[in-house]
Amino acid sequence: MKKIEAFVRHEAFEPIREEMLELGFPSLTVTEVKGSGRQKGIVETYRGAQLTNHLRPKIKIECVVEDGHVETVVQTILKHARTGNVGDGKIFVMAVEAAYRVRTGESGDLILQAHEPAQPDAS
Amino acid sequence: MVSLVGMALAAPAALADAGVDRLGFAGKIPTQVGLNSAWVVIAGCLVMFMQGGLAMVEVGFVRGKNAGSIIPKFLVNFSLCAAAYWAVGFGFSFGDGNSLIGTSGWFMGSAHDFALAWPRYTNGVTAEALWWFQFTFCAIALAIVWGTTLERIKFSVYIVFAIAFSAFIYPVVAHWIFSDGWLRTDFHVQDFAGSIVVDVTAAAAALAVLLVLGPRRGKYGSDGRPRAIPGHNMPLFGLGIFILWLGWYGFNPGSTLSALDGRFPEIVIITTLAGGFGVLAAVSLMWFRTKTFDIGMSGNGAIAGLVAITGPAGYIDAWAAPIIGAIAGLIVVEGVLLIDKKIDDPIGVLSAHGLAGIWGGLSLGLFAAPRLAAYNLPGSHGGLFYTGSLTQMGSQALAIVVVFAFVFSTSYAVFWITNKIYGLRVSPEMENAGLDISEHGMYGYPEQFIPAAEFGLSGVPALERVGTGPISDPEVTT
Repeated sequence: MKKIEAFVRHEAFEPIREEMLELGFPSLTVTEVKGSGRQKGIVETYRGAQLTNHLRPKIKIECVVEDGHVETVVQTILKHARTGNVGDGKIFVMAVEAAYRVRTGESGDLILQAHEPAQPDAS
Repeated sequence: MVSLVGMALAAPAALADAGVDRLGFAGKIPTQVGLNSAWVVIAGCLVMFMQGGLAMVEVGFVRGKNAGSIIPKFLVNFSLCAAAYWAVGFGFSFGDGNSLIGTSGWFMGSAHDFALAWPRYTNGVTAEALWWFQFTFCAIALAIVWGTTLERIKFSVYIVFAIAFSAFIYPVVAHWIFSDGWLRTDFHVQDFAGSIVVDVTAAAAALAVLLVLGPRRGKYGSDGRPRAIPGHNMPLFGLGIFILWLGWYGFNPGSTLSALDGRFPEIVIITTLAGGFGVLAAVSLMWFRTKTFDIGMSGNGAIAGLVAITGPAGYIDAWAAPIIGAIAGLIVVEGVLLIDKKIDDPIGVLSAHGLAGIWGGLSLGLFAAPRLAAYNLPGSHGGLFYTGSLTQMGSQALAIVVVFAFVFSTSYAVFWITNKIYGLRVSPEMENAGLDISEHGMYGYPEQFIPAAEFGLSGVPALERVGTGPISDPEVTT
């Protein structure tokens, strides 16, 4: 079981979510984050005075999948998040020691979503 | 452009008799003219405040990253409009001339340029009061135009079109219907306070710019279906609606241009009823369609009812106001839902001003009372329900078609040329980042977008380090 943690541009998220839903990975967590990297900051001007902002907003996507599905998910994120410019983000993959479903107390791989195409909400 | 230069050169001649009293009274105006002018100036102030109302509606209906950009937009447009309307706009609208256009009164000209300001209504107002009142109409029409362009248009485009609109496009329409132009004198077109002149005009230009500009990024998915882009602040939107509604008590009752004939208080009631029934109809229809009491539609319903009653307000009996307002409330809901499927109109200008304005203009063909229509021109026709005749309906329809065609074609030309030479849209990167930071250099809500870790701390000395030992209680040590 692996955890995938991706930092991407805001506009990349929606296509990633859509394709992951189609591929059968509906479960993910998203956080609005700010961070610095090679992407330059921006200079703001407030009534003539300047303010440099080095931290840029990004979306952090967290998703836990079975070992065999890591490549599928990573490729999906790469496909949609890459513009070729500095600031496209990073993906980290890390091991997960244990996992539990709170509602039932079940544990292990069976708590992860089955890898079958999910049905979009009827509404 | 050559003729504009000629007008500018004529200005010194107007300055020569600036000391002449425009009404021909030595230093004094008659009491009734003073009272009327005071009322009209106050009414103009209410209409001016609608700028703030519309600004808050737009601020509320955009995403937070574009909230700040609305403010300089309104201020610059209003200011350009003042300059252009003073220089030539008022002359084209209300200066003496022919039935197509006014040809005198540049830079507020001389007394003889504004014979119209004096005899049209029984008591009259000074030309200056009329200027202020009519200018605020021109300015709010210009402000409405930009409602379809939010979140993606270049700031500099405002400058080009604000001048074209305030100096020429709007004044010509105002001349045709509000002054002694051909639509009013030859066809007896009725438009009391501007359902056609202000709202249809603004909506036609708003449609023209929208067709050149295109929708916001992300409004339509790859499947072509529209997606909601929710505005970021519904309470501010609501405050804007209330300010606009308040402003309408200048818009409609002020258009009597008279404080003495007793009609303006009637028009206050008529205006209130139409706005109220617009709200009730829009909220009801949305409830039947979505089983929710829609926040945005309640406001759009108010605006639609008020827009529709703007044209009829002075020419109808009060019983017709709820009907006109309620139908406008239904129109705006269906209009927003329909228009949103194909073109991206973020605050509903095309429905609340365009469709409701058209309905308001046409409603005179049904509801105009002959005794009140006579205020427009002696012998003016009443509507179908009084006269059994569709004559007035035909005139109203003609006016709407003519105004729409004229404004749409001239505006489209200005925007098309501007787009070819310069481009109307910001880059996709700028649009993603929001106009606040990309065009104005700063967010409307800095603390929301700039991390607190960096906000305002650059260059400020760090607090004294206390090392790793026990931290003493500052309350005790100091």
